[in-house]
Amino acid sequence: MPTVSVKRELLFQALGRSYTDEEFDELCFEFGLELDEITSEKDIISKEKGEEKAKGASDVVLYKIDVPANRYDLLCLEGLVRGLQVFKERINLPRFEKIIPAEGEGQRLIITEQTAQIRPHAVAAVLRNITFTKDRYDSFIDLQEKLHQNICRKRALVAIGTHDLDTITGPFTYTAKAPSEIKFKPLSQSQEYTASQIMDLYRTDSHLRHYLHLIENKPRYPVIYDSNGVVLSMPPIINGEHSKIRLNTRNVFIECTGTDITKAKIVLDTVVTMFSEYCEKPFTVEAVEVVCPNGKTHIYPELAYRTEKVKPEYINKKVGISESPSSLAKLLTRMCLKSHVTGNGNHIEIEIPPTRADIIHACDIVEDAAIAYGYNNIQMVIPKTYTIANQLPLNKFTELLRVDLAAAGFTEALTFALCSQEDIADKLRTDISATKAVRIANPKTAEFQVARTTLLPGLLKTIAANRKMPLPLKLFEISDVVVKDPNTDVGARNYRHLCAIYYNKSPGFEIIHGLLDRVMQVLEVPPNEENGYTIKAAEGTAFFPGRCAEVFAKGQSIGKLGVVHPDVITKFELTMPCSVLEINIEPFV
Amino acid sequence: MAPTTLRTGLYATPKMAPAARRFAGAVRHFRSAGLISGHGAQRGGAAPAAAGPARRSRGALQPRGWPPQLGVDHQTLVGAVKSLQALGEVIEAEARTATRWELSAEGEEVLRDGSPEVRLFRSIPEEGLPQGEAVKLPGGSLGFSKAMANKWVRLDKGAAGGPRVLRAVPSVQDTVQEHLGQVRAGGSLPERERAELKRRKLLLEVTLKSYWIRKGSAFSTAVARPETELTPEMIATGSWRQLPFKPYNFSSLGLPPNCGHLHPLLKVRSELRQIFLEMGFTEMPTENFVESSFWNFDALFQPQQHPARDQHDTFFLLDPAEAPQLPPGYSSKVKKVHSQGGYGSQGYRYEWKVEEARKNLLRTHTTSASARALFQLARQEKFTPVKYFSIDRVFRNESLDATHLAEFHQVEGLVADRGLTLGHLMGILRQFFTKLGISQLRFKPAYNPYTEPSMEVFSYHEGLKKWVEVGNSGVFRPELLLPMGLPENVSVIAWGLSLERPTMIKYGINNIRELVGHRVNLQMVYDSPMCRLDV
Repeated sequence: MPTVSVKRELLFQALGRSYTDEEFDELCFEFGLELDEITSEKDIISKEKGEEKAKGASDVVLYKIDVPANRYDLLCLEGLVRGLQVFKERINLPRFEKIIPAEGEGQRLIITEQTAQIRPHAVAAVLRNITFTKDRYDSFIDLQEKLHQNICRKRALVAIGTHDLDTITGPFTYTAKAPSEIKFKPLSQSQEYTASQIMDLYRTDSHLRHYLHLIENKPRYPVIYDSNGVVLSMPPIINGEHSKIRLNTRNVFIECTGTDITKAKIVLDTVVTMFSEYCEKPFTVEAVEVVCPNGKTHIYPELAYRTEKVKPEYINKKVGISESPSSLAKLLTRMCLKSHVTGNGNHIEIEIPPTRADIIHACDIVEDAAIAYGYNNIQMVIPKTYTIANQLPLNKFTELLRVDLAAAGFTEALTFALCSQEDIADKLRTDISATKAVRIANPKTAEFQVARTTLLPGLLKTIAANRKMPLPLKLFEISDVVVKDPNTDVGARNYRHLCAIYYNKSPGFEIIHGLLDRVMQVLEVPPNEENGYTIKAAEGTAFFPGRCAEVFAKGQSIGKLGVVHPDVITKFELTMPCSVLEINIEPFV
Repeated sequence: MAPTTLRTGLYATPKMAPAARRFAGAVRHFRSAGLISGHGAQRGGAAPAAAGPARRSRGALQPRGWPPQLGVDHQTLVGAVKSLQALGEVIEAEARTATRWELSAEGEEVLRDGSPEVRLFRSIPEEGLPQGEAVKLPGGSLGFSKAMANKWVRLDKGAAGGPRVLRAVPSVQDTVQEHLGQVRAGGSLPERERAELKRRKLLLEVTLKSYWIRKGSAFSTAVARPETELTPEMIATGSWRQLPFKPYNFSSLGLPPNCGHLHPLLKVRSELRQIFLEMGFTEMPTENFVESSFWNFDALFQPQQHPARDQHDTFFLLDPAEAPQLPPGYSSKVKKVHSQGGYGSQGYRYEWKVEEARKNLLRTHTTSASARALFQLARQEKFTPVKYFSIDRVFRNESLDATHLAEFHQVEGLVADRGLTLGHLMGILRQFFTKLGISQLRFKPAYNPYTEPSMEVFSYHEGLKKWVEVGNSGVFRPELLLPMGLPENVSVIAWGLSLERPTMIKYGINNIRELVGHRVNLQMVYDSPMCRLDV
């Protein structure tokens, strides 16, 4: 969930009133936001770097507000204020207008076919006669960063570049060139670098190094030039210093390049709808003609308004309210979805503005009606759905067996399903290839290399962590192990195992054996070969030679019991002898 | 077996039998001492004891000093005192320690035969004798060197036939023997002499434990041993009617039973299963930790570029890296709704890739299992309303801290029926959380990729004095349900929460590692109470 920091004073100024922190928290809650933290720059620096560094930092109060991940229109102060003011019916949602310049006077962005292999899409727009202040400028930069981190998927899907249009001359060309052929002065640098040098320059940059991989190993890097060969940007890494926007910039050229055209259009719409507010003619955006490699031209931004028709009873039935059509239309209008009743009250016509890309289905409209109505005003009703409950047989069986094992004097452990490869292989004196273990591709630590194939390591580790406890330790666990199985749709499956361990000054094989007998007794499996269970001498790498037996029941081998091999005991940092039993319990369900 | 923790102050000490045996002797012993009338020591001596050699002082008695006369070993007597003390207030015994000097075996020999130096001196004839022969005399070389040191004898090195030992003084006095005699008689020696004798290992310092004994408040000359426990014999003979019984100490704890224990988190799991069953919910199968991205994300209408599908959040698999099968007809419907929309939806309008959907992972939520269960429901010939639940493990590739682990248990409930509303969802959530002991609820609009509307469930936390999130919920999106083939008017309302959170609150655990995993604190498991969430 993205978090937006806004200055409290600016926020209240824009909202036209002030709130106590509690009142504002309440407003957020109702609207689906979360006032996550009340802080200041000074507090933040002091927490992260210590009080010393925080000296002199601003102590202006900041609200950190959590915004739903699909609401790109709330990622900056401008959008938040607009959303809340419309919600509180203090303003109407402005209508965004696309100004298409006369033939030959507008800006053009030409996409060459070289971009196809790396970053094929680009869209652009111009904000004319904008007035920045320090706060507006900061918010403009911050919104781009928020969009980059969220919908742009860390610039992988879309990257935004904003430029002072008065420093560059169209038409612009979006192309891709070999890194050695690209040379320009990147933002905030004092000299020119080739693209390859730029990559080296940012390899240690705490921020930009995260984006290098997006183009690094490609033969050509994306780049945008103006008609004089000035580099605007090398997306998705860095803009040029030349066209940098400043506080006094009046005309802003915005380009978004990416691999997902839908998202590039949403990002562009979001940036211009948020900041056209500060243009001389507020809420107007000058269109840019984008020429595709196939010669087709498109006019951006789209700023598309879409109309949806929804039946009032659909909304009422989905929410569980009975509001009149006009009242529902009013509720929706408060959510920036301008609505009115049509066709004798049979329909509500809803205009989806370009800021609400999250509305993709009537259910999204239903939600907004419910939010405006107030979730906590909806009457709670118990569904009449009549059903007979059933337990999953395996789980019911597990529940019963756990209780019997505890009654037999064993204590239940709950260990991790993930572990290191070593835990299930080397430490049990076997090779990983013999385990059929499922392996994890991206573990952050060795503790999560594989899914366990046996419960034994978890119990041994539990004992190792509890060596100070009085002996004997008698533990059990009934839980799932995972093994590869090509016959399932995902290629792996779980088995429910029972594992029990006895840890004391003597191995106590007879105690573990007695537990097996007890388990079989409660399962009504007699100790005989025909229709019951037997144990037969066997070998097991984890067991002391000659002290291991295989358990047979239901016509199959279900597991083993025996005295743990001294090397296994040592590898798990234990010192006492112990006996274990591990069986698959699924045949008994 | 439960740990046999050492607890003091049990009702009756289990080691009563030997103590009782000593007791009998002690009573007899005191009788013999004249304190308690009766006859002599039970051990070794048939001889009646002489009248009270114990030193009496202000009605008190100190056993030290008796044994030699009584022929009773000191330790036996100490045991007797302890047994009497165990009877209660019969006697008061104040422990004392004293040191005493005794003659060593060698000291006894000197007392009897004289010191080696004196014996040597006396054995030397007037004319003396060769040194070689002198050291063979009684007293030996030790006596020789001592006599030399005392200048009682001298050595004539120039004598014919080798060095010769001669008396140097006419007579000597055996002070060593005299001193030992004084010690033996109970007298004392000056510190210097005693140290010298100790150094020569003729005297030993012996520490003796003794008691200063007085009559107790319940002193009786006819002490009878109160019985500790009722025995089968007493019941058979009826002797219990006449016997006194030792009172129990009810302020002590009992003996902990030897028992096994259930894990607290799984006790809460059992309780939650019970709650769902009480509410008529059927358990869904969740028996695959390994899941395809298709069921974990795509089927839930979670787009392929969604942040949750990032390597930083999800454990993807190296082996088996891909799911061999995706449901053929259904997966193409899923592809279509993502990339082009349909069922009244705009879709996400991106290029949906089957390779992405095939990527195997460790399920990040049990909602993947819910999707499978709903898909099975959609394949029924005729739709029937259902209420489903599951509680099982899910996995997140997150950074770990005191409240987050890479795996946790998700609790999930859903109802599928015609005409379900947000009000129904809130109604069933209220019922569910009331059973969990949480009555004050509030709902906040939220965003989930697969539910719309979505609601976070908050409850008022009395301790923290604020509203805290206790669960997440919503109505499944039509883009999720309709490709499965569920009828258009069927709604599915669902909610989820973690099992760990309410458990940590219930059992007051701050660090999740103490609860889940091998670093569990077993003592906490042993001590954890039963799980009743509604009381």
